[in-house]
Amino acid sequence: MLSVRGVTVRFGGVVALDAVSFDVFPGQIAGLIGPNGAGKTTLFNCLSRLYQPSAGEILFQGQSVLATPRHRIASIGIGRTFQNVALFDRLTVLENVMVGRHCQTHSSFAANALRLAGVVAEQAGAQARAMELIEFMGLEDFTHWPSGGLPFPIRKRVELARALAAKPKLLLLDEPAAGLNHDEVHVLEAQIRRVRDTQDVTVLLVEHHMSLVMSVSDKVITVNFGRKIADGTPEEVRRDPEVIRAYLGTAA
Amino acid sequence: MAASATSWATRRGIGWWALAFWIFMLVLPLMGSAFPSESFDYYMFMGQSMMVYAIAVLGLNLLTGFNGQISLGHGAFFALGAYTAAILMIDFGWPYWATIPVVAIVCFGAGFLFGFPALKLESHYLALATFTLAIAVPQLLKHKSIAGWTGGVSGLVLEKPDPPFGLPISPDQFLFYFCLLMAMILFWAAFNLLRGRSGRAMMAIRDHGMAAGTMGIDTSLYKTITFGISALYTGIAGALSAITVAYVAPDSFALPLSIAFLVGLVVGGIGSLPGCLIGGAFLVLVQNWSQSLSDVLKETFSLQYDVPSWAIYGVLLLLLMYVMPTGIAGGVLRLRGAIAGRLRRVETVRSKPLVLQSEGEKH
Repeated sequence: MLSVRGVTVRFGGVVALDAVSFDVFPGQIAGLIGPNGAGKTTLFNCLSRLYQPSAGEILFQGQSVLATPRHRIASIGIGRTFQNVALFDRLTVLENVMVGRHCQTHSSFAANALRLAGVVAEQAGAQARAMELIEFMGLEDFTHWPSGGLPFPIRKRVELARALAAKPKLLLLDEPAAGLNHDEVHVLEAQIRRVRDTQDVTVLLVEHHMSLVMSVSDKVITVNFGRKIADGTPEEVRRDPEVIRAYLGTAA
Repeated sequence: MAASATSWATRRGIGWWALAFWIFMLVLPLMGSAFPSESFDYYMFMGQSMMVYAIAVLGLNLLTGFNGQISLGHGAFFALGAYTAAILMIDFGWPYWATIPVVAIVCFGAGFLFGFPALKLESHYLALATFTLAIAVPQLLKHKSIAGWTGGVSGLVLEKPDPPFGLPISPDQFLFYFCLLMAMILFWAAFNLLRGRSGRAMMAIRDHGMAAGTMGIDTSLYKTITFGISALYTGIAGALSAITVAYVAPDSFALPLSIAFLVGLVVGGIGSLPGCLIGGAFLVLVQNWSQSLSDVLKETFSLQYDVPSWAIYGVLLLLLMYVMPTGIAGGVLRLRGAIAGRLRRVETVRSKPLVLQSEGEKH
């Protein structure tokens, strides 16, 4: 489904990603791990076209991601959440999730201004779907609240609901467990599985929370200093000497 | 944080307050026939000006309040609209009403084009770039090469249109209705825009441009189109101003006009539609009141000199911003929220346990 081939990103003299390659297959939950600064978020930003790699290719369902403009990424089926939660703070939870429907709807400025019949129907559809997702994420109590004032764990869920509203085939989660407490991480784990099982999406997540990654992922890709050092099932990766070295350091 | 949850997405109709307001406006000119008075035509003219300013402020609000792009140069689009209408009427003999669609197209085009360089500029830099527009346009209008069209420094004098079909109302009553009709159409369109897909995209860009991009919004296109629509609104306001004042001159479109729009926007309420109407009314009233207040002050304290009306304007603005930092519309909403006890409800909802909605499925 997703095929990353030899992606290299340089910032000035720094090589943030060095010829990283891996594949994610349909229906998988794939975890991307690595120490801080390993290049995980950089890779995510290449996938959602915020950065332009200096070499390599990314294929999504056989289609070149790097040849697709940023605003078309959502409509080819790649959705994402952000490490520090990027909501539209002055819009309500419902409106945030409805913005997620943008790439699935098509009415123009003029049609909206005149509120043609098609617009009304489209709006009703978008709202119904958004309400479904709000219910799915257990956010009913906050439907009409401005998202800016909500507590952090709730905001993370809103962001996930918004990403799902775009009907992604591949969902990129950037540190979904960051800032959550022990109980909340358990809820999240169930939610990620539930999302994969019921919403028909493939998930790629960047995460530092090891027990979450190891329990939820079908495969784990490990990067360190911009290079891939391991790629396999959680069991394999856990035993990989390179991975152990990256996380625990080498004996002097 | 905001106490009341206002959701554009779920608004169905325009609401009772808005309906009551527009009906009141429709009935207003008829009062003149009931209570004939010398100064009634002047009040009608004030009403026209209020609506003209309200439309101009609405244009700026769409750009600044709803899309997060600032402009200190909207007086330029106002001028463009006014001169386009005036030239069409004088040099081409067009009727006043026919100029409006042309003004809309011309100003949309100008705004759209200006939106492209604006894409490269963030906040303060965009403010500065639009500022130059406000400074340059009056000078350009005076330029010799186009003085044949624009009338140079002395401007253009127009004829006030008469009421059509021999309607038994004065020209000012009629123009009041004409402005009202335009205002109703334009506010209705803006209202629809904001509660629809396009408006949500505009506001998403304002709140988080990068996230809006990953949601599939073409942020550059939306920002330039919003600039165009904003200029269209302000340009039509300019055309209405030319028609109702029956006179255009370059110096009435100088920097103070652009600043006045910004003042109207902030006083009325950034990101609020009723706020635009309040802002428009404020701009007209404050001009009149600060002068009369200045006279009153001079008399009461038997002062030797005039109190400059601009000083009074400044003090008024300062007080207002201190009491209602979110503008009059925001202040009224907060007051209403406080009265309805909404503020208390915020606390109770917040203190509910927040996690564990899907706890059941885990076990």
